[in-house]
Amino acid sequence: MTILSNSTPVTPQKPWKVSKKQQLPNLFLIAAAVVASFVIVAATPMKGKLAYLLLFFVIGTTFQLALSWYKRGRAAAADTVAGAVMMAGAFIVFLPVASLLITTIVKGSKGFRPHIFNHTMAATSYSDPLTSGGLIHAIIGTLFLIVIATAISLPLSILTALYLTEIKGKASGFIQFLVQAMSGVPSVVAGIFIYAAILLTTNLRGSTFIGALPLAILMIPTVTRTAQEVLNLVPNELREAGLALGATQWKTVATIVVPAARNGLITAVILGVARIAGETAPLLFTLGTSDKINWNPFSGGQNALPYYIWSGLRDGTEGGINRAWTGILVLLILVLSLFVSARIFGSRKVK
Amino acid sequence: MMSTVNSNNEENNGEDMSITTPSTSSLSSVAANHASQRQPGNAPLGSGLEARGIHAWFGKHHALENVSLDFAAGTVTALIGPSGCGKSTFIRTLNRMHEFIPSAAMAGEVLLDGKDIYEAGTDVTKIRLQIGMVFQKPNPFPSMTIGQNVLSGLKLAQIKSPKNNDDLLEECLTRAGLWTEVKDRLDAHAGGLSGGQQQRLCIARSLAVNPKVLLMDEPCSALDPGSTLRIEDTIGQLAQTMTIIIVTHNMQQAARVSDYTAFFLSDGGPGQMIEVGPTNEMFSRPKDQRTENYVSGRFG
Repeated sequence: MTILSNSTPVTPQKPWKVSKKQQLPNLFLIAAAVVASFVIVAATPMKGKLAYLLLFFVIGTTFQLALSWYKRGRAAAADTVAGAVMMAGAFIVFLPVASLLITTIVKGSKGFRPHIFNHTMAATSYSDPLTSGGLIHAIIGTLFLIVIATAISLPLSILTALYLTEIKGKASGFIQFLVQAMSGVPSVVAGIFIYAAILLTTNLRGSTFIGALPLAILMIPTVTRTAQEVLNLVPNELREAGLALGATQWKTVATIVVPAARNGLITAVILGVARIAGETAPLLFTLGTSDKINWNPFSGGQNALPYYIWSGLRDGTEGGINRAWTGILVLLILVLSLFVSARIFGSRKVK
Repeated sequence: MMSTVNSNNEENNGEDMSITTPSTSSLSSVAANHASQRQPGNAPLGSGLEARGIHAWFGKHHALENVSLDFAAGTVTALIGPSGCGKSTFIRTLNRMHEFIPSAAMAGEVLLDGKDIYEAGTDVTKIRLQIGMVFQKPNPFPSMTIGQNVLSGLKLAQIKSPKNNDDLLEECLTRAGLWTEVKDRLDAHAGGLSGGQQQRLCIARSLAVNPKVLLMDEPCSALDPGSTLRIEDTIGQLAQTMTIIIVTHNMQQAARVSDYTAFFLSDGGPGQMIEVGPTNEMFSRPKDQRTENYVSGRFG
């Protein structure tokens, strides 16, 4: 092999990139598809934005299909169609999410003012102007509910997941079945269960703690199943390494398996919180109600953001509905910031 | 089998390794060399281990049949044989790791300093503390730093070392041949090390609890020749203070590191121990024709 001398400087290039010249037929096809959709909408009784979109998608895909078939054959044509279907799927999923977010931000920002974070509804009714009242009591209530429900369900869920993945005891099959059955329980049933089991049979009244109980019931299966998945991903070699060093099973699980699965377990908790943060139905039976801040989780009614949203909608006045939208926006921000802080806190490495 | 490239095997160098198989005489000369370098008679530490009539099953499958082997204190014994002959199963019965497979069963006795480790009422965690193990795939704990990994055995077994932790850390990493490479980054995560370094870290980890016997299940099979050489050096040094039993697919390695070699084979039925003897004899004048065939590279 001879060594070629190469004195000219070499610059980084991307020879695989599609050049503008190669893109021309594609642009032409897209323009043709747009024109064709307009013509068809104008010439036929089809009407509306959806018609434009649908026609554009069908015609555009057909043109692309024809082009790639003509240029590169049948396999390439199938590739084009598969790509178009995936794009359409992603777009269809993205559309409602984006619409939901934008609507919430637009409608919620009307009542999103600084004073809602240091006022309650104690001296304000829902129909009053948006310049009065606030929802700090509902934010505090929701945080209380999340903390109490997590405190109850997290240990139970992690221990159940450890039983299913590490101990694999005789009752595993039955417990697995129960957890799966529990994840199908409608939230309103969980609420009615606590109502019937506790509020109807004792002198207790609705409170934050009682309201957190149905939420814990809903959270347990979600956290258990996710935790189980991530614990199963921990390589068996690590367990063997721990046991071969003379550790008991419990020591191996606590010092090796659980830390190795830490990020996944945090995801499990996040999914669990996401499951309950917006729940309204179970709270209607169990939370009591309050228009002001209640710092005592064990006595007196409480409010929560979903409950506040529901109250505003039920009020039905313009003010009430605007307050509900603001409540939705605040709930969205609250849940998002909880997730982000859990991620940052959770992925912190040991130096 | 013989295509394994070894850094210091002259006959296997170059591109013709597929047609060249080292002769038995070259292996036995390696073994003789090795034996002259070490003096196993020098008041060895460690403990003797004796396996008596070991059988092993997985469900109904009889994997290992009637293996009896005596491992003298302070010696290195290599277990060789083709895949599926029960070497790994056997080594896992020696520190009771075999029983973690749900369908597993066994028969026989394993005597550590004359006491059966399978005797009813034995504290199995104490057994594994005395009989350490290094696995085929490096398995450092990913959530711990390099330093924490080495000392993890103390924490896991809830024991205290007579030395202070810094000294122990340095000693274990030095004995495992890793100290100079990691001494400035003991707080770094173990996952950032290369495969060979990770395996030496795992060796350091098993040394920290001061085992009397060290079992190694193909410790170099996933490593490059350079790392393999480092680990073989390490084994040579460790043998002065403990009994080592190593499973290997690499016959040059067996010849280089071991005092004794045992040959395992399965003829389709359960794996059996065919022959055991001093390593240089096993490679120069094996008694059994099947051993001869295997060590000369005629099959496997």
